[in-house]
Amino acid sequence: MLRTPIRAPLKVVAAVLPLLMGACSTVVMDPAGDVARQQARLIWWSTGLMLLIIVPVIILTLLFAWKYRAGNKDAAYEPDWDHSTGLELVIWAAPLMIIIALGALTWVSTHLLDPYRPLSRVALGKPVEPATRALEVQVVSLDWKWLFIYPEQGIATVNELVVPVDRPVKFRMTSSSVMNTLWIPSMAGMIYTMPGMETALHGVLNKAGKFEGRSGNYSGAGFSGMTFWTYAVPDARFEQWVAGVRRRPGTLDIATYNRIAAPSENVKPYGFGRVDPRLFARIVAMCTRPGTQCGEHGMGQSHGVRAPANDRPQRPDEAKGALTRDPSELGTSPHLNAPRGKAPGANDPGTDANRNMTMLVPPAPFAAAAAQG
Amino acid sequence: MDATTPPGAEEKPVFYELEEHPHPPGASTLFGFWLYLMSDCLIFAMLFAAYAVYGNSTAGGPGAAELFELPLVATNTAMLLLSSITYGFAMIATDEKRQGATIGWLGVTALFGAAFLAIELYEFSHLIHEGAGPQRSAFLSSFFLLVGTHGLHVTFGLIWLAVLVVQVLRRGLEPANVRRLQCLSLFWHFLDVIWIGVFTFVYLMGVLK
Amino acid sequence: MSDTLLKTIFGRLTLDSFPIHEPIVLATFVVVALLGGALVAALTYYRVWTYLWHEWFTSVDHKRIGIMYMVLGLVMFLRGFADAIMMRGQQAMAFGQNEGYLNAHHYDQVFTAHGVIMIFFVAMPLVTGLMNYVVPLQIGARDVSFPFLNNFSFWMTASGAVITMASLFVGEFARTGWLAMAPLSGLDYSPDVGVDYYIWALQIAGVGTLLSGVNLIATIVKMRAPGMTMFKIPIFTWSALVTNVLIVAAFPVLTAVLAMLSLDRYVGTNFFTNTGGGNPMMYVNMIWIWGHPEVYILILPAFGVFSEVVSTFSGKRLFGYTSMVYALIVICILAYLVWLHHFFTMGSGATVNSFFGITTMIISIPTGAKIFNWLFTMYRGRIRFELPMMWAVAFMVTFTIGGMTGVLLAVPPADFQLHNSLFLVAHFHNVIIGGVLFGMFAGLNYWFPKAFGFKLDHKWGARSFWLWVVGFYVAFMPLYVLGLMGVTRRLRHFDDTTLQPWFIVAGVGALLIAGGIACMMMQFFVSWRNREVLRDHTGDPWDGRTLEWATSSPPPAYNFAFTPVIRDLDAWYDMKSQKVEQPTEGYYAIHMPCNTWAGIVLAGIATVFGLAMIWYIWWLAALSLVALIATAIVHTFNYDRDFHIPVEDIRRGEDARTESLARAGV
Repeated sequence: MLRTPIRAPLKVVAAVLPLLMGACSTVVMDPAGDVARQQARLIWWSTGLMLLIIVPVIILTLLFAWKYRAGNKDAAYEPDWDHSTGLELVIWAAPLMIIIALGALTWVSTHLLDPYRPLSRVALGKPVEPATRALEVQVVSLDWKWLFIYPEQGIATVNELVVPVDRPVKFRMTSSSVMNTLWIPSMAGMIYTMPGMETALHGVLNKAGKFEGRSGNYSGAGFSGMTFWTYAVPDARFEQWVAGVRRRPGTLDIATYNRIAAPSENVKPYGFGRVDPRLFARIVAMCTRPGTQCGEHGMGQSHGVRAPANDRPQRPDEAKGALTRDPSELGTSPHLNAPRGKAPGANDPGTDANRNMTMLVPPAPFAAAAAQG
Repeated sequence: MDATTPPGAEEKPVFYELEEHPHPPGASTLFGFWLYLMSDCLIFAMLFAAYAVYGNSTAGGPGAAELFELPLVATNTAMLLLSSITYGFAMIATDEKRQGATIGWLGVTALFGAAFLAIELYEFSHLIHEGAGPQRSAFLSSFFLLVGTHGLHVTFGLIWLAVLVVQVLRRGLEPANVRRLQCLSLFWHFLDVIWIGVFTFVYLMGVLK
Repeated sequence: MSDTLLKTIFGRLTLDSFPIHEPIVLATFVVVALLGGALVAALTYYRVWTYLWHEWFTSVDHKRIGIMYMVLGLVMFLRGFADAIMMRGQQAMAFGQNEGYLNAHHYDQVFTAHGVIMIFFVAMPLVTGLMNYVVPLQIGARDVSFPFLNNFSFWMTASGAVITMASLFVGEFARTGWLAMAPLSGLDYSPDVGVDYYIWALQIAGVGTLLSGVNLIATIVKMRAPGMTMFKIPIFTWSALVTNVLIVAAFPVLTAVLAMLSLDRYVGTNFFTNTGGGNPMMYVNMIWIWGHPEVYILILPAFGVFSEVVSTFSGKRLFGYTSMVYALIVICILAYLVWLHHFFTMGSGATVNSFFGITTMIISIPTGAKIFNWLFTMYRGRIRFELPMMWAVAFMVTFTIGGMTGVLLAVPPADFQLHNSLFLVAHFHNVIIGGVLFGMFAGLNYWFPKAFGFKLDHKWGARSFWLWVVGFYVAFMPLYVLGLMGVTRRLRHFDDTTLQPWFIVAGVGALLIAGGIACMMMQFFVSWRNREVLRDHTGDPWDGRTLEWATSSPPPAYNFAFTPVIRDLDAWYDMKSQKVEQPTEGYYAIHMPCNTWAGIVLAGIATVFGLAMIWYIWWLAALSLVALIATAIVHTFNYDRDFHIPVEDIRRGEDARTESLARAGV
């Protein structure tokens, strides 16, 4: 008789424990970078503060539900008791106290961990030395891959980010077409990349290793494959890597950029030995396409998202409003859920089929059957 | 209509009304219509907000100072303000149960309203003809949306007014029609208020900037 | 025929727009067509059409309309849940080499449709339906202020649902996520019909929502029974009042932002485009200025339901009624001051971010106070664990957890890591399922006997309850962990195979929920079969406290033969304790609104207009717009909108009630 009430909570603990253990060792809660680590600690502190009130509420709910069940005639019953000023005060004051504490924590941490703020330390007790300059990386989210330009090194990579261990990194970010977010959970939280605008993010990685990066904001058909690896390496290794990329043939100039900016999916990493130094500013000013001019706000005048830079004439190739089209321009809207014809996909970047592409690989038994059929 | 019994009263408390509780049809019509107008007001608030944000996003195209002609807009404003006054006269006539006068004033209101619309359409076509259509820039998109939405409201107001004239002619100034006239009155004055905002915020401040 | 002529007639609708060669959609279509055909045939065979038309479709009775809203919500729930199962299936299998069974084109529509349907065509109709049914009864009114508008509002909502469903079989739905964020939803990146379906479905349904909001505010403000001062309004009606204020103040924003998006797409304006001065961030701001209050539009009625349920089944007055009301009002105001917390990651300054973070946290104070008030309503009560109360307890536990993760997301630096991750997905399902849906199920079980005259079966209800609650935790707790593992939402395929077990667990949870839904349908069926056993003769099956229990179940068309006079917050409890009985003579004819065809016809034309705009069939759009205006004008020429229910009818109905009460021994 007595065993059940004891065993039931035990079972719950046994079920929840691996869940909690799993949660503790995740990339967000146990990251390799100092910024992300501070964010993880903030999550712990906020959760702890809130549990001060959440746990009693849940326990009281279950307790009251059990104790005052209709079957329990021993419990007190006061059908007309509906007010108690003292209790009301506690009810409002208790959450208020927690929120005051949490609000203070929020105010301080939001300012300290502002993604626009250059790092003041690379780790606990390791302030950034005045001589150290942050590594600048210009980030462009393309459909559906990431372009990283290293302006000081004069190189660029697609879908591969390499940074030195313990060196602050400053990302200057924009997008070629739609919104994405740059998210390297081991390093720091995410910030949007937006077309025609420049945003910023600061982070650092304290451990050598390979870390996942991705877009955190849905951006279209190839979104799932918009991932890249971030490598944190010692300084010497970083210089080696830069030298290696520099030897790559090919220059990332405007024409090349326009070619790689066309939609493609699941793109393997590759690099460019040389980069047009004005490229990033032109991408932000959205004047890379032939026939577009860099307007008055173009060419590196935009600093941060607070000064949107997309106040420029329309491109000639932009879609016309439907009501202003001739019947012949109305187009069609076929139902495209299933593959239809060839879907060149990643093998043929730039093909419009990418937007509608499918890479349907049937599960093994079906594949075998299909091969036979 | 206080039904609670004062403490210590002798009689038994009343729990049911034994007579039909008077509820004239349309008792809450004006209140409901007012609520609708407030929601409409919020639509305009968003459009004003959009205009405030996009006001300088001319994308290299013409701006407010180059485009707007104050004398034309002032005439237009006068038309709408006059139509509001004449609608007021129509409502006074309604209160005095003078059907002919009501219809007459409604007709004058409609004329002023139509003049307002005609001038606005002329302005729009003029702008589009100059290459300053809604597609030109976000500034012009928000201008056409704000002013156009107001114009659309005036258009619907005119249709409504025409329908009401027919209904008053057919059934006279009976309670339902009076109620409808009151609603349209609210609507019409509301459009006036919005237009004063448009005139100040879009035209005056645009040109004087 | 020449291509130009074809395009002029059919717009961009071609044979290719129909999914003739797509097994999944085609099979769905066949099943839907067969079931639909069977339903139509059965209705025709049993000659129910006239009955449906006269008694339901054209009805202006708030109770009938409320029930139709609930039916719409539950039917659409099945569609939305089918989408959920498809997503769970895809995410449970698409690892490494396996691409799953849905390609991006299909999967992206599925998650968009899931979000849109669950919010607009499940949660909203359920909430509106419940308010429609209960509010006039609770305030002792005969109907709402504008009965015709009520009917029209329902059909506009239904029209939006029809348009959304049409996208399944003709063309396709948006592939943008449920808020259709620009510039992805602009013409340059979404040139096909998907976003247009989205725009017109929401625009048309939005008209209905807005008007029903106006209607219910006017009803609550103007039509309360004598004696019911503002602070004697039952708490559910209070929550309905606040909700509808939110609706009237928030939905115009949605209308405006969708109008701008559609102008971008139809006229080529530059509101949210990348060039021409457009600014996509404007879209994000505006849609969330609507979107955040929308969250409270959904949850506040659920709070109202729980307040009623906890008080009734604890056999106690509601603890802290006044502070509950003030909490509602505070939430209503704060709901407009927090929208930016949905995009802390967009690069606003730290001061702006912390302002919105802290206002968000402040909302948790009145919300927390409400939870405590329910807690102390249970304290020293006599809690009967009927189905509604079971849902209420499950809600209090589940919602508290969801609230906690919500406040966590309001801390901007924490949000930088959790934004758009599965942690966020877990959070909002935690509050929407654990709050809104549990609330609607509680309300459904609570007021079902009032609406249909018999209780819902307890056994199947309990099965459904346990499957739902357990299924919810199994399905969504793994998502919290996955979010912390750095997994974002809307992913169709994963390279990291170590994540798979978590997704499989989540999939099992979804299957448990499917079991819960099956049990719920079984519950309806079994209850209907045993309706004589479960019959409620008294009109007051739960020993209720508010006015809706003072009339028979189901209530007569006129709700109350004599208008009740209110002396206490718990008006019916007060009457019962004073042993008051309704007079059994002295009836009089009751003035009621007439049914009207106008609502369904207008909404039907609006549907045609929407579809014509979606497919660029301009002639049809123009024609239907003119028809819409003309029909509305014709409707205004109908002045005979009310009639009197004869005294004999009322006497017959009330005598039956008296007899039934006597038989039940009351």
